Amino acid sequence: MSRILAFAASLAAIAAPLAASAQNLAVTNATLAKGDGSEPVEGATVLVQAGKVVAAGVGVAVPAGVETVDGTGKWVTPGIFAAVSDMGLWDVQAVGDSNDLSADKSPFNASLDVVPALNPANEHIAVSREGGVTRASVTPFPGNAIFAGQGALIDLGADAGLVDKPRAFQFVVLGEGGAREAGGSRMSAHVTLRNALREAKALAGASASAERASDALLTHADAMALAPVLSGEQALYVHVERASDIRAVLALKSEFPALKLVLIGASEGWMVANEIAASGVPVLTMPLRDLPEQFEVLGATQSNVGRMVQAGVKVGIGLFVGDNQPRRAAEQAGNLVALTKLPGATGLTWAQAFAAITSIPAEISGMGGKEGVLAPGAVGDVVIWDGDPLELSSAPEAVYIDGVKQPFDSHQARLRERYKDLDRTYLPKAYSW
Amino acid sequence: MRMTSQIGRWSSALALTLALTLAPGAQAKKKEKDAEASREVPYASTYRAYPGRPTALVGATVYDGRGGRIDNGTVLFAEGKVVAVGASDLAIPEGYDRIDGTGKFVTPGVIDAHSHLGDYASPGVDANSDGNEATAPTTPDVWAEHSVWPQDPGFSRALANGGVTSLLILPGSANLMGGRSVMLKNVPAITVQQMKFPGAPYSLKMACGENPKRVYGSRGMKPSTRMGNFAVNRQTWIDAKAYMEGDHEKRDLAKETLEGVLKGEILVQNHCYRAEEMALVLDMAKEAGYRVTTFHHAVESYKIADMLREADVCSAVWADWYGFKMEAYDGIPENAALIAKEGACVVIHSDDQNGIQRLNQAAAKAQGAGRRMGIDIPDAQVISWFTYNAAKAAGISDQTGSLEEGKMADVVLWNGDPLSVYTRPEKVWIDGAMLFDATNPRMRPVSDFELGQPGEGDVK
Repeated sequence: MSRILAFAASLAAIAAPLAASAQNLAVTNATLAKGDGSEPVEGATVLVQAGKVVAAGVGVAVPAGVETVDGTGKWVTPGIFAAVSDMGLWDVQAVGDSNDLSADKSPFNASLDVVPALNPANEHIAVSREGGVTRASVTPFPGNAIFAGQGALIDLGADAGLVDKPRAFQFVVLGEGGAREAGGSRMSAHVTLRNALREAKALAGASASAERASDALLTHADAMALAPVLSGEQALYVHVERASDIRAVLALKSEFPALKLVLIGASEGWMVANEIAASGVPVLTMPLRDLPEQFEVLGATQSNVGRMVQAGVKVGIGLFVGDNQPRRAAEQAGNLVALTKLPGATGLTWAQAFAAITSIPAEISGMGGKEGVLAPGAVGDVVIWDGDPLELSSAPEAVYIDGVKQPFDSHQARLRERYKDLDRTYLPKAYSW
Repeated sequence: MRMTSQIGRWSSALALTLALTLAPGAQAKKKEKDAEASREVPYASTYRAYPGRPTALVGATVYDGRGGRIDNGTVLFAEGKVVAVGASDLAIPEGYDRIDGTGKFVTPGVIDAHSHLGDYASPGVDANSDGNEATAPTTPDVWAEHSVWPQDPGFSRALANGGVTSLLILPGSANLMGGRSVMLKNVPAITVQQMKFPGAPYSLKMACGENPKRVYGSRGMKPSTRMGNFAVNRQTWIDAKAYMEGDHEKRDLAKETLEGVLKGEILVQNHCYRAEEMALVLDMAKEAGYRVTTFHHAVESYKIADMLREADVCSAVWADWYGFKMEAYDGIPENAALIAKEGACVVIHSDDQNGIQRLNQAAAKAQGAGRRMGIDIPDAQVISWFTYNAAKAAGISDQTGSLEEGKMADVVLWNGDPLSVYTRPEKVWIDGAMLFDATNPRMRPVSDFELGQPGEGDVK
């Protein structure tokens, strides 16, 4: 295809019809889990009008003319919020051309922004959507600097309107990863971080053409990008695992009090849980890490989340990167419930575990009350499951985003249909589509 | 059986060498002595079952690993072996400890047919990276057991969270022929020999597809293409056949492994994702005169499940890994169910130090995906995906993998339905010895590496 033809084709794709507008919808007589940490209730109704939740609970009246789905024997929940994911940034991880996860040869870092790289037609978005994920934060990952760049909040609706909030946070790595990026030591990583924030401070309020001190290390764009971090307008997600690294992050607040910190990882968080709780800094973590895979996670245990929650830390499940698919959020939460039956382990109740993949990551992402919850005024993200959403055998039967019913026609779904039988009597499989 | 004939060949080669250097009388005597000595397997297993007590598990739902299910069943084991499996009316002989399994479930020990624990140990630092001898496209001379670090904390996690009692350690997939596997009993040990599964056959790990061509192609070496993969493999088999027909005067460790494969004494575990490549490998096996036992990571088995059934080859698969590399792009969660529907052999494997802790959960996910497309596979059959079928794939199904009289008493008592996310192993026995008990903090192994460090002895 010539370049001009390719360009024309891409224009045609952009002009393809957008998804249907929001419907009015009611799901009745289902088991309802609101996502807010409350226990599931049976015989409930969820009512969505004009793309927003109007009511969710027992005894909700359904106005005449609203399309109603009988939820008997089913569960109805908000969509899963997949915090700190890489959805939409790569098609095939190992195929570099398809992978925009990090920019390891770029002269820029903090100023990188995932938005222009995000592809709403990405298969991982479609597959995650079929798994009940409706919202996510997407982050770039560090390439050659401790700053990875700015992540966005997205919805997974099958339309072109992917981004809910651009530049929602800046992602920085400390710990072993930060040490590596900063020249080989945690010492250097911390100086690099502090120096960058000071450069941003010097530029704060200045114009894009402002003069800078002669020893500035950051590009102008990177220094400017850190200004909202410094002021707390933009959250700073900090990846650390080791207990001592967590303490070092919390200590940043004494020098830069406006920082809006979120701890990412924190596998040894349970060892400093009281300090994290006292700081009010929330945590997004992978809940099932239990091996000393690096020296910085010697204390890793699946009880990490439960112990931090007990200490009063706000903890969501996150870090859906690479092979850790967003649709596995539910089974990870279910595994935390399993710990409640194990002597000596600390898990979560079902309601807490479900909140850890819905309302809590939404709150940590700045979408408290709007996403990850079925409450009046929240987005109309409704998932109807064929059973307990945390159980391995269960799956969504229907997914609505902003009140719009979503298609189940990913590459995987189509392959399944094509190969459901191996009959080769007639035309080749290539004709069954 | 398999080992004996292998050793027999080595001993005659050895005797021939000695014959050239010794006087006739001494020669005969020496010959006899050496033949006897070398009948011992090199790096032989020194595994001994730990002491157990005669045990009766009663009241639980029992899955026997071969598709059988007994509600309110009884499992008896003593002296390391399963004595009997039956209903609630099965008589319990005197002297048996009685464990009430009401509301719980019993399965055979979980088996992972694809692990790199010990070879890629935690912490995953370069110094512990011993899983790929990525210095030549074929290295059938290397043995995975020579890399195993028994102190890898991953073994205890697989035991405590996954109920894993045996695991096949394979060399990695950088090479077309990566080397020999080693089958381990999942017991804490100082030496790898103390973990070696007695009498397990060796396997040769092979890899087709992207990995070998990438690793060597990036060095400007052959193979850099899939056709290069096949060319190197075929020539290697041709050379092995010539060696096999030769006088064996000079030992060649690589060819000894390949000869073992050609004689059917060593199994083949072939990392291979795509349908058309699996079909080509089956033809290569036919051409060279060996048999593929199992395709690993076979994400496209669902496209040729009938062919795999006819070839009697197992597919060792994940529940839902996909998309991370080009040859995994057509991975679908229904793979296992579609393979099972065609009557071919399904194994759920991990290839992962975390996944090995949840093989039961992976199987349950795969079952659910099948059910949603109308393929209803009974729970009892799904259990076989990570017990009996895994044992079959690794060549040890005559000894373990199912709860049958006379087999190794490798047993898991689960605190609920093993296909539920809410369930974990409560007690695990290996050869009748209780080696994990979730209700007793002391019954949780701690590796040397973890002693005195953060998290020592934690529930993990």
